[in-house]
Amino acid sequence: MAVAVLAAATAGSVLLGNQAIGVRTALGTWLHPDGSDVQRIVEYLRVPRTLAGLLAGAALGVSGVLLQGLTRNALAGPEVLGVNAGAALTVVLGITVFGVHGFGGWVWFSFAGAALAGFGVYALGSYGRGGATPVKLALAGAAATAFLGGLTTALTLLDINTFNAYRYWSVGALTSADTSVIRTALPFLAVGAVLAAVSARALDALALGDDMARALGQGLMVGRATAALAAVVLTGTAVALAGPIAFVGLTVPHMARALVGPAHRWLLPYAAVLAPIVLLAADVLGRVVARPQELQAGIVTAIAGAPFFVALVRRRKLAEL
Amino acid sequence: MDRRAVAVTVAALLVALTALLVSLTRGDYPMPLSDVLTVLAGGDGATRRSAYVVLDLRLPRALGAIAVGTAFGLSGAIVQRVVRNPLASPDIIGINAGAAAVAVFLIVVLAAGPQTVAFGALAGAAATAAAIYLLSRRRGVTGYRLVLVGIGVTAMLTSVTAYLLNTANIYTAEQASIWLTGSLAGRSWSQVLPVVIAVVVLLPVALRLAAPLRALELGDDLALALGVRVERARAALLLTAVALAAVATAAAGPIAFVALAAPQIARRLVRERGLALVSSAAVGAALLSLADLAARRVLAPAELPVGVLTTVLGAPFLVWLLARANRIGRTG
Repeated sequence: MAVAVLAAATAGSVLLGNQAIGVRTALGTWLHPDGSDVQRIVEYLRVPRTLAGLLAGAALGVSGVLLQGLTRNALAGPEVLGVNAGAALTVVLGITVFGVHGFGGWVWFSFAGAALAGFGVYALGSYGRGGATPVKLALAGAAATAFLGGLTTALTLLDINTFNAYRYWSVGALTSADTSVIRTALPFLAVGAVLAAVSARALDALALGDDMARALGQGLMVGRATAALAAVVLTGTAVALAGPIAFVGLTVPHMARALVGPAHRWLLPYAAVLAPIVLLAADVLGRVVARPQELQAGIVTAIAGAPFFVALVRRRKLAEL
Repeated sequence: MDRRAVAVTVAALLVALTALLVSLTRGDYPMPLSDVLTVLAGGDGATRRSAYVVLDLRLPRALGAIAVGTAFGLSGAIVQRVVRNPLASPDIIGINAGAAAVAVFLIVVLAAGPQTVAFGALAGAAATAAAIYLLSRRRGVTGYRLVLVGIGVTAMLTSVTAYLLNTANIYTAEQASIWLTGSLAGRSWSQVLPVVIAVVVLLPVALRLAAPLRALELGDDLALALGVRVERARAALLLTAVALAAVATAAAGPIAFVALAAPQIARRLVRERGLALVSSAAVGAALLSLADLAARRVLAPAELPVGVLTTVLGAPFLVWLLARANRIGRTG
């Protein structure tokens, strides 16, 4: 079912837009390249964009599951934990200070920022009495976001070219990636996916609580580290690929949990399928509603996802997972 | 107010006053203090030019720094006290994000002038605050829910702002971005006076409203038992805090971390468990006037937006604060 919906979303993403294209035309140009405008639109714009959506979406969905499982926190997600803001800051640093350009350079900075911010926020949020409660983590994330965002703004004010690059990147759009970027991103995503799959059992054990997990003989440290590494690699790649996209990593795990329950070996693949659906749907929606302009996918997910977050917060019990 | 609080307040005000005087003498057209004082006294000895520089260029800005700092300090102290969370401040819980979204819309889409932007920011802050308050209401408002709802709303509004920045041409977008950082450069009397008036009017109001707060600090249940109308006292105080933050943001942009840091610094200096509102306001004034003086002079003749400075200095403080709050278990 979910896979069929994903296929439909993919098709929609290729066909719909400022210039709608018929199925037959699209297939025709694909099978018999004729150098027409339509062929160029499909080949250079729509297909890379759709691929970026598929990959970034899957990465965000899986890393959302990992982060929520790791922190046992229903409010965890790359945007809440300050991971997006960290990646944004280091990418801007990379551009201004080190003059890096293009995905191959950005991705490492994005990793570093995602990792530093993620671990920093977790350390801060779990410091002290009671460990990492949802509220403490969310507060630490908000504080880090304010901090990192302020620094990013300050850096972008120094140089108008950086500012220009940053403002396009910061909305979270699928349009910035071309085929070569996607090809570079693939190995990173593959590594992240493998690490995520390996850590599924450990995450299930963690969900029972530390003591129980230890009793079951799971190597807690190893499992945690694997899952954390996977989350960093996936989020970092997704951010480098599509910019900081909010609320996909946060909401999709909840949808997946509603569908298949709490076992991570099911949660992870479902999230990997559901998240691209959400992201592609957001992207297509953004193309359709604001014609002839576009709303970037990141804007749509933020506007649609924030009410979901508020609803989660309003629930009577802020469940720790 | 005990003697220590009075001493801290007076000291902070002296710092602010010193910063004001220094900032009146320094600039592209340096002036000895005696000339400045002559101008301020309305004496005839001053040339027209120095009168113009002092009264129309430097004084509004320096006084603006004090007024905006006072407003932020007081607003932060109220919010932190009501929500009983050291991290709750207008810049974290989303009020500023609302002001920012509306202001950027006005700058980018309607190419509005500073007055309109200020009004829009005011309206945006008020609307956002109301939305956050209503959304976090559910048999009363608890502190953490207010903060978390604020985080969600902030994320949404921030992305709207990012979108608006994208639709503009680069120069308009950069102008908007400077507004977003918060700056006092080039403020005129018409922008500064509303803040001064708001501070003068709302400070006594806040003090009066805060009188029953001691009971609130004992916790909701106990306060209820003591007959404090918890909900109403909270709402009125929050309203005052929002008005202060909104007016200040309208004049200077969302200058980060002053509202958060001032009450915390004041509390440590006063060594009181509660938050002294007046001392927080005075510390806010001192902080921002120092920061603005530094923003003007550190890279002279170039200037930094003061918000850059407060962020760079305030952020590590915030992290330290959070670590401390977690250690003694007062966050959640």
